[in-house]
Amino acid sequence: MTAAVEPKDNYLTAGFSLKSWLTTTDHKRIGVLYLLSITFFFLVGGLAAVLFRLELLTPPGDLVSADSYNKLFTLHGIVMVFLFLIPSVPAAFGNFLVPLMIGAKDLAFPKLNLASWYVFVLGGLFALWALLTGGVDTGWTFYTPYSSTYSNTYVSLMAIGIFIAGFSSIFTGLNFIVTIHKMRAPGLTWFRLPLFIWAHYATSLIIVLGTPVLAVAILLVGVERLFGIGIFNPAIGGDPLLFQHLFWFYSHPAVYIMILPSMGVVSEIVACFSRKRIFGYKFVAIASLAIAVYGFLVWGHHMFVSSQSVYAGLIFSFLSFFVAVPSAVKVFNWTATLYKGSIAFDTPMLYAFGFIGLFTIGGLTGLFLATLGLDVHVHDTYFVIAHFHYIMVGGAIMGYLGALHFWWPKMTGRMYTEGWSKFSALIIFIGFNLTFFPQFILGYLGMPRRYHAYSPEFQVYNVLSTAGASILGAGYVIPIIYLLWSLFRGKPAGPNPWGAKGLEWEKTSSPPPVHNFAEIPTVTEEAYNYSGTNEQG
Amino acid sequence: MTETSAHQEDMSWQRETSLLGVWVFLLTEVLFFGGLFTGYAVYRSGYPDIFSEASRHLNVLLGTVNTAVLLTSSLTMAFAVASAQEGKRRPLLIYLFLTIALGLVFLGIKSTEYHHKFVEKLIPGAHFSYSGLSTREVQLFFSFYFVMTGLHALHMIAGIGVLAVLAFLVWRKKLDPSRNALVEGTGLYWHFVDVVWIFLFPLFYLIGLRA
Repeated sequence: MTAAVEPKDNYLTAGFSLKSWLTTTDHKRIGVLYLLSITFFFLVGGLAAVLFRLELLTPPGDLVSADSYNKLFTLHGIVMVFLFLIPSVPAAFGNFLVPLMIGAKDLAFPKLNLASWYVFVLGGLFALWALLTGGVDTGWTFYTPYSSTYSNTYVSLMAIGIFIAGFSSIFTGLNFIVTIHKMRAPGLTWFRLPLFIWAHYATSLIIVLGTPVLAVAILLVGVERLFGIGIFNPAIGGDPLLFQHLFWFYSHPAVYIMILPSMGVVSEIVACFSRKRIFGYKFVAIASLAIAVYGFLVWGHHMFVSSQSVYAGLIFSFLSFFVAVPSAVKVFNWTATLYKGSIAFDTPMLYAFGFIGLFTIGGLTGLFLATLGLDVHVHDTYFVIAHFHYIMVGGAIMGYLGALHFWWPKMTGRMYTEGWSKFSALIIFIGFNLTFFPQFILGYLGMPRRYHAYSPEFQVYNVLSTAGASILGAGYVIPIIYLLWSLFRGKPAGPNPWGAKGLEWEKTSSPPPVHNFAEIPTVTEEAYNYSGTNEQG
Repeated sequence: MTETSAHQEDMSWQRETSLLGVWVFLLTEVLFFGGLFTGYAVYRSGYPDIFSEASRHLNVLLGTVNTAVLLTSSLTMAFAVASAQEGKRRPLLIYLFLTIALGLVFLGIKSTEYHHKFVEKLIPGAHFSYSGLSTREVQLFFSFYFVMTGLHALHMIAGIGVLAVLAFLVWRKKLDPSRNALVEGTGLYWHFVDVVWIFLFPLFYLIGLRA
């Protein structure tokens, strides 16, 4: 490896003015813009979580009123789901990496890409406006008829914000699909693609097929509130449950929008730090598509107790078990990749380990919830909260942080401090489990979600959870500090600090030049060819 | 694959890429309207007779004329695409203009229909009034009617806007239509909007004819 010097001409030095950033069509800069914006929203959503975790420290509702509590968890849910998790890995790292990984100069539609960021910011500002003028209390799920008829809060404004933000996600998904189809470097066949690309392709399919349905569901709520045209209004024979069907047709697959990109990240990290090709590469690749397809067939498992017919419930339950198969294929194949690998415990790998363990717990408890009889018992309790936080925080955010630590040297050209980063990975893992594991018990014992006061016998678990949240919070703040520090004082990373395979590591500098590659690379080998054999593949 | 990096520059590659983008976009549109068609299907299977009854309040003649207008506009759009591909500027401009004109005729007829419904107090909401048997579900029918034809009309307006910009660029010679897929992509979109109407027309206007 050559001595680590930073190239003088790279995408970061191509212009320093604010205008050069706000009018850029460089996918790498847009990725950075997204990274900054979603970090902001993550902090907003996190702040709400701090407040309601403090409220839940004691059984009576003494810190905030019931109304404020409703607004806080709604704020947390909406901001975290729509403005952080959905864009997180795809919009920040996908934007940055998809062209680099497939050997292209940019995405297929660079201007559309910039537009997607502006649309995202616009949608986010509408959402913030709704929050600052008084908030929304419907929960992130906007269930009718509460959201359409009864809630006196700023639902319409928020609905407009989410509707707009949906377009940014569609633009990104569309761009990825076309780019992956049409812009792969010579020799880069589908089964030579990094699994990160497969995951993003599957994610983009879900985005493109699902988001419009959420848009129309939200639009109908807005139309009902603004014009009194009430398609879900029971007073004129409408069915509020139809909203839940439309909503979950998007919002269940949306869980896979959040988790699939992180699965792609984990595949990259596990291969790199065990110095092996991913075991059963094709199965992992196809599993991403299988998750995308099955993901569209299970939405009814959110509605087992919502007067859905028993037969529909049976089918949705069965299909929900089916989704576990491709997910398990991935987990087993990552584990098998570790076998006889030369494993290095660098920070990204710690996050990948965290992902695999926590996602497994989140996934298996998902099967509990997909079981009709058991779901009746734990439905709308903290068991559900714990389950999906194991997927979304333990899974998706672990993957996000893994990506941040793995590709930070590529994005900035600098290394962060090893000790601090490992320390924070560790306390995030501890803090996370302390926050959410007690919630499984709470839910099983029957504590319902979305209440600001609770019976005293639940207090000990809530104290544990709040204590864990404070550790988790610290774990999220430390990386912000050492990553910023690394920008100024970090050691130059060199093109490939991890000795990783992949075009973004082997064929370009860190940070990459504006047009990514000095010349478009030609690919002659399989992905993850760490053993150096199989040249012709 | 043996092509070099140059393939990313060449014209047919650019054309294919743009058109793939349009197709993916149309896929999102199918799902967008799909949600509404699903809702329609649910309620119509729940209240089949009431939907037929309500349907009789729509003007089948105007609906039929509008269908003919829109189908003709798709024809002129197809001619526009063909002219663009052959690089014939004048015919292209004429066909774009005709398409825009037919689109405007469609919207004009649509707005007269809306006006009739307003006069008859059939617009859902506070001022809805209907003297027949089942006020509630009739209002539901009209909710779907206005939301779905309204969104269709918004798509038409957007399409007319794009066509107008294209026509302006071609007229001022700022755009060589044979060198890119702009006209062809717009054409795909226009045909899609037309196809949506092909479904809307029978589902709203014709279901009451049988009885």
